[in-house]
Order: sequence, then structure tokens, then C-alpha cells
Amino acid sequence: LTDLAWIDAALTSARPQALSALLRYFRDLDTAEEAYQDACLKALTAWPRNGPPRDPAAWLIFVGRNVAIDAKRRAAKQQTLPDEDQLSDLSDIESDVVASLDAADYRDDILRLLFVCCHPELPATQQVALALRIVSGLSVAQIARAFLISEAAMEQRITRAKRRVSAAGAPFETPTAVERSERLAAVAAMLYLVFNEGYSANSCDASARAALCDEAIRLARLLLQLFPSEPEIMGLTALMLLQRARAEARFNPDGEMVLLENQNRALWSRDKIAEGLALLDKAIRHQVRGPYQIQAAIAALHARAQSFVDTDWAQIELLYASLEHMQPSPVVTLNRAVAVSKARGAAPALVMIEPLAQRLDGYFHFHGVRGTLLMQLARHGEARAAFNRAIALANSPAEAMHIRAQLDKLQEAAGGQ
Amino acid sequence: MLYAFLCYNNEAAVMSWSKTEDDVVMARLSEVREKLRRQGKLGPSLRLMPTTAATTLIKEKDLVLDGPYAETKEALLGFYIIDCANLEDALGVARELSAANPGGAYEIRPVRLFNDDQLPQASAV
Repeated sequence: LTDLAWIDAALTSARPQALSALLRYFRDLDTAEEAYQDACLKALTAWPRNGPPRDPAAWLIFVGRNVAIDAKRRAAKQQTLPDEDQLSDLSDIESDVVASLDAADYRDDILRLLFVCCHPELPATQQVALALRIVSGLSVAQIARAFLISEAAMEQRITRAKRRVSAAGAPFETPTAVERSERLAAVAAMLYLVFNEGYSANSCDASARAALCDEAIRLARLLLQLFPSEPEIMGLTALMLLQRARAEARFNPDGEMVLLENQNRALWSRDKIAEGLALLDKAIRHQVRGPYQIQAAIAALHARAQSFVDTDWAQIELLYASLEHMQPSPVVTLNRAVAVSKARGAAPALVMIEPLAQRLDGYFHFHGVRGTLLMQLARHGEARAAFNRAIALANSPAEAMHIRAQLDKLQEAAGGQ
Repeated sequence: MLYAFLCYNNEAAVMSWSKTEDDVVMARLSEVREKLRRQGKLGPSLRLMPTTAATTLIKEKDLVLDGPYAETKEALLGFYIIDCANLEDALGVARELSAANPGGAYEIRPVRLFNDDQLPQASAV
């Protein structure tokens, strides 16, 4: 790696810890961000000259804090700090800062920084944008590209979100055990939103969005380092790794989405699958079930199947049933119905989903699944109507194309009769 | 003499490498490995999964902890590569080893990448 690439990786990985400590210190997001930016600028000149510091986060916290205080003093025309040349030689001072960075403290610091982004009043898209801006340090332009909107619109969205967050005030007192676990749950949900924002990208060349998946995994690993015994954080990380493992197979060379059943499993990332399975294994040992672990277990069954026909649908049906029990939702029932149709046929699956018609009427997948089940039961007229409804609700050209292919199959079946 | 080379680095920073950056480093490493292989000097080499995938068995207390072995008082004295079905199986093996040699801990860390280069018989100890 070149100097710059090394520094970039060090700054990126130190950011959550450094920024969250500065946030605790200044108790103001804007001041903390400015201090962090200034520290990064100094790092860019000091690190190539003096070599990388032993603990980049501690260096950034120390320098960021002092630069910001210095700026305040300067504003008050008071005595200033020594200049940058002396500042860059931190080896002694740095070790004091490291010593004072109690592990338990910075754990809550980072959790707080992440938690600030999942304020319940913020809509999901704002939470994701804010986390990418504040925690990951992506530029507004990068985030705008990922969301496929203009930079100005994204700037506005982030500014609005920040205003709301600072009006709400960040929680600076040390969290109780209950608060800590509530924060963890909120942060986990937000990380999965970040992941899905990337995962729902509709073509493989949307690399700006795909990068969000990797970012979510990186932050989940960080969270797991801080809270190593949380089975649901293990489950979430496993879930994201197992889904991300399929990335290369999800789109064909023309950029069209390939359904799970048609994916070339040789393209799945064995590394990510192995890590996901290892984490799921660790989680299960705790014997505390949770929605992320169950979803990861479902993804693991897909990952373990040599081919689509080898998939253990009966087990997947059971897992969806316990997910449904834990988090009742029509979408989960729909997924269970898909597993039922594979394990036991289309008829019982159709019976399961008919009661969902009203609640899922505006949902693309409902009509897609219903059409497929009706087609399998040779109820072609109804199948065509369901597919037409699905096409109208498709969220992307790839989804529409998939349904059109189903309609073509219907046409062929009709022609063959 | 056989030497083990234990690789240490800032994990968070390495985990922040992009795929391209990671590939560049791995490609450069494979050149070095190739040279050593040609010289008949290369034994098995491997890359571990992140520390988040690790589990630690504190032997005398039979205590299983999530995460890597974090104490610094003890030194790394050796390691095994063992094919296990899953974590439960691996913990069973660790307990068996522990009964034979109590004291200290085993960090059980899945291996991400394993190059099973074999040393020529003559150079083995």
C-alpha cells in the first residue's frame, strides 16, 4: 500500500472511536466533527513524516481535542498551543491518552455515536444517510451517489437529520444495562438498514451502493468487538456476511438480477460464507434465540445447499415459523409460504397467503409469489392477473423483467395446450 | 530450523482495506511465497478470520469466552490446525487437549485461507 492508502485505512478505521470520544468531550456533533477533521488534516502531514502512530485513534483524539481547544483560545486571544512540529511528536503524551481510554468508556462512546443516528423520529433513509456521513465519514457526494439523488438534495437531507438529532440532544450519561441493550438493538436495526440500502441496489454496477453492504459489515464487526457476547450482534453480522457472499452471483453480465434458484453457486464467496457460519455457530452456543440469528440460520441453509433443489426447505419453513412467532409480519408469512410451497407444494402455500391479500396489496413480491403459486396450480387466468399487478408494482427494471419472463412462461403454457 | 512467522497488524485498519487494496497485498505476498516455494522452503501458511470469529477456552476454569484471548501476561507457545465440524466440536477437541495439558487458554479461531504447502521431508525437524 502507498503511504496515502495506509493513512486512509487507518483514518477510516479509527474514525468511530476518535469521533465518538470527541463527541463525549465536546458534547456537540458539529464541534466534534470539526475537531476530527482538523486532526485528520494534521495526520496527513505528520504521519508520512513521523510514521504511523501506535494508536491512530488516540492520536486523533488528542490532536482533535487540542486543536479545537486551541481554536477557542485563539478566538479568546489567549495563549496558543505549540506549533504543529511539536504537536506531531506525540509518543509520550499519546500513551497517557491511551491509558485514559478505558475500554468500557469507549465502548459506550461508540455506541452513543451510532445511537445518535437512529433517533426514532428520523425516517429510515435519514438514519442511514446520517450514519454514513457521521460514523463512516463518507462524503455527501458519495452518499448521494449511493442513494441515486442529487448532492444538494442529500446535503439537505443530512442537514435536516442533524438538526433533528441535535434538538433531541445526545444521551451523554452512562447508559444503564437496559438502556445499553435498547441502544444496541436500535443500532443493529440501523446497521441492517445500511446493509439493505446497498443490498437492494438493482444492478451489479451500482458499486457505490454495494459498498454500503461492506460498510455495514465493517461497523457490525466493530460493534461485535465492543460487545463480544451478544448473540444477536453475531447473528446480524453472520446474516449480512451470508447475504453479501452471493453478491457476484446476483447479477448477470448484462446487469440483470438473477434469482436465488438460478444463481451460479460457484460464484458465492466461500470466505464470507465460512465467516458467517462461524459467527452463527458462536451465537447458537448462547441458546438465546433472536430474529437476526434465525434469519442468519435461513441464509446459512441456502449457503450450505449444493444446489437450489438440495435446499432444506422443511427446515427453512420451521425457521420462518419461529421468526413469525417472534416478529409477526405479513412479509414473514409470505416468506414462510414460499418455503411451504417448495417443501409441500403450491396448494397449502396459497391457502397461507390468501389472508394477506389486503395488507400486502401494494407489495410487489406478494403478487409475484401469488402469481407463481397460481401458475403452478395451473390457474393461468388468475396467475396472469397477479403477474400484471406485480409488474405495475415492480421497484426496478430487473423485477419487472423477471415477472415478464413468468408471463412468457404462461403464454407458452397456453400455446402448448 | 523451522521458524513460525506470526503476523500482527492493526486489525481494524486491515479490515478497512478495500477489496482492491487487499488483493494488491495478497498478490505481492504470493510472489514472495512463490519464491520460497521454488526454494523448497515454504510450509503451510494461512490467514485467520477476524478476531470477532474467535472463541476462547480458559482451561482450568473450563470457561468459554467470546472473542480472542486478550491477556498479555501469557505468551503464545504453540498452535494446532485441526479439522472440526463446528465450534462445539472444536471446543471438545480443546477440552481434550486441555485435560492433557492444563493451564493457560486456547483461542479457537477459524482459518480463512489455508495454503497447504508441504516442506520437503528432509527439512522437517
